[in-house]
Amino acid sequence: MLIRVPPLSRSLESEVTLESVYLSRRKLMQASLALSAVGVMPGWARADTQGTYADAEPAKAPGWFEEKLSGTRWQAVVAEGESITPFKDATHYNNFYEFGTGKGDPAANAGKLKVEPWSVMVDGEVARPGRYAIEDLIKPHVFEERIYRLRCVEAWSMVIPWLGFPLADLLKQVQPTSAARYVRFETLIDAEHMPGQRSGFSLIDWPYVEGLRLDEAMHPLAFMAVGMYGRVLPAQNGAPLRLVVPWKYGFKSIKSIVRISLVDQAPKTTWERIAPNEYGFYANVNPQVDHPRWSQATERRLPSGLFSPNVIDTRMFNGYEEVAGLYAGMDLRTYY
Amino acid sequence: MRYRLWRIAVFVAATVPPLYWLYCAVFGLLGPDPGKVLVDNLGLGALILLLITLAMTPLQQLTRWGGWIAVRRQLGLWSFTYAALHLSGYVLFIVGLRLELVLRDLTERPYIIVGALAFSGLLVLAVTSNRFSIRKLGRQWKAVHRLVYVVLLLGLLHMLWVVRADLAEWLAYALAGGALLLIRLPYIAMLLRRAGAAWRENPKKIEI
Repeated sequence: MLIRVPPLSRSLESEVTLESVYLSRRKLMQASLALSAVGVMPGWARADTQGTYADAEPAKAPGWFEEKLSGTRWQAVVAEGESITPFKDATHYNNFYEFGTGKGDPAANAGKLKVEPWSVMVDGEVARPGRYAIEDLIKPHVFEERIYRLRCVEAWSMVIPWLGFPLADLLKQVQPTSAARYVRFETLIDAEHMPGQRSGFSLIDWPYVEGLRLDEAMHPLAFMAVGMYGRVLPAQNGAPLRLVVPWKYGFKSIKSIVRISLVDQAPKTTWERIAPNEYGFYANVNPQVDHPRWSQATERRLPSGLFSPNVIDTRMFNGYEEVAGLYAGMDLRTYY
Repeated sequence: MRYRLWRIAVFVAATVPPLYWLYCAVFGLLGPDPGKVLVDNLGLGALILLLITLAMTPLQQLTRWGGWIAVRRQLGLWSFTYAALHLSGYVLFIVGLRLELVLRDLTERPYIIVGALAFSGLLVLAVTSNRFSIRKLGRQWKAVHRLVYVVLLLGLLHMLWVVRADLAEWLAYALAGGALLLIRLPYIAMLLRRAGAAWRENPKKIEI
């Protein structure tokens, strides 16, 4: 009789790790990495419960916003390993030239902007054109929270938790026709409440105009924001409705939108008109293509301390490489 | 030393802004991008000090008060100091001490090149501002120091190329600079001296 003396170190069949469990270890590691990343985040950067940010100033929101807020899918998109920019910085360091060219001007002057009632004119190559009250525009959509990096063409950047819905959903709602190739956006003109529009020396021909190619606009990352930091958008951040295109320089993400047109030709955008050699239609974040006046290879991630300057490398498409397919075969030095 | 108190007052007035900005930066009053604010403030400060420096001679011609000339060199040196801090701030806060990026900026970007030229001009003026240089250079000293007008034009161009969308602020400095250059044309300088003399005789009645 053969007596088998099993070694003490043997493993039983029942102890074998299931293949599915074995393969999911990556997810586990990612999750624990993300967890440890949360652990090292400063207190103000963490959402204590979903959608609440300790440092965000509460604000009274319009009814259409409050109604939707409870159904929000929190953290539908997150920025791994990034800490969220303090609310105060994201709301007091802005480029919104309608309110002045200083970084603090929008916060100082935007309070008078009247965002209720608000309507958006939808026209051009769409099956359902018309003037939409913001309530009707928002109604069919479920709010999502998306934490995106925001890279300004001036070489500073932030990380912001937006609230809103995909631009593609809004476009499907108004049904572009087969002739539609581009989407053109327009910001409010209101010289009475927007002091920047009264300046006699401004190089900008108001209203501010931006645009996207239709396939860019339909990309799932392109986003319409109505809120940030779990609350309604502050006026200086583009209330009540703004675009957020995280893989492009910030100036593409047009604020306080009053008109959306589906058109067959590329719209002439505001910055393109002022300085076509500096600001292209595409304006994709690209560390290899410098602005003629400064390098785009690095960025100052704000807040950046005086004694600890936070200068980091800029990433292609601001780290959103999944959009690369939109530009296959295009020379991004020519189409900057 | 004549005008001792006046000189000290000017010295203190020029020292206060950078110290105040530093205080604001340390206590987080300059916002999330204090390095950029500091660099912008120092650059603008250098330009304003240069304009003030250039206002001293016309003021002296108008009023005959020697105090204006007594602080002229000091103000010019302050403009240089602000410019030097502005440059260091740019290297430290904007490019994060990456020297290869500084080198690339210096070879590729016109506004950086123009700024660097303006700073080199200020450096020459600062280095030759001592008594030894004045004696050694003799007549040439004045010719060398006419460089200040070139520096002013380069500085204004440097600022113009930084402006993104609104020219109002730049125009104000450009107009002030233009006026200070015009005032130096011989004919206008003569009118200025005459107006000053008339005013000294009878402050109530001035005719140009």
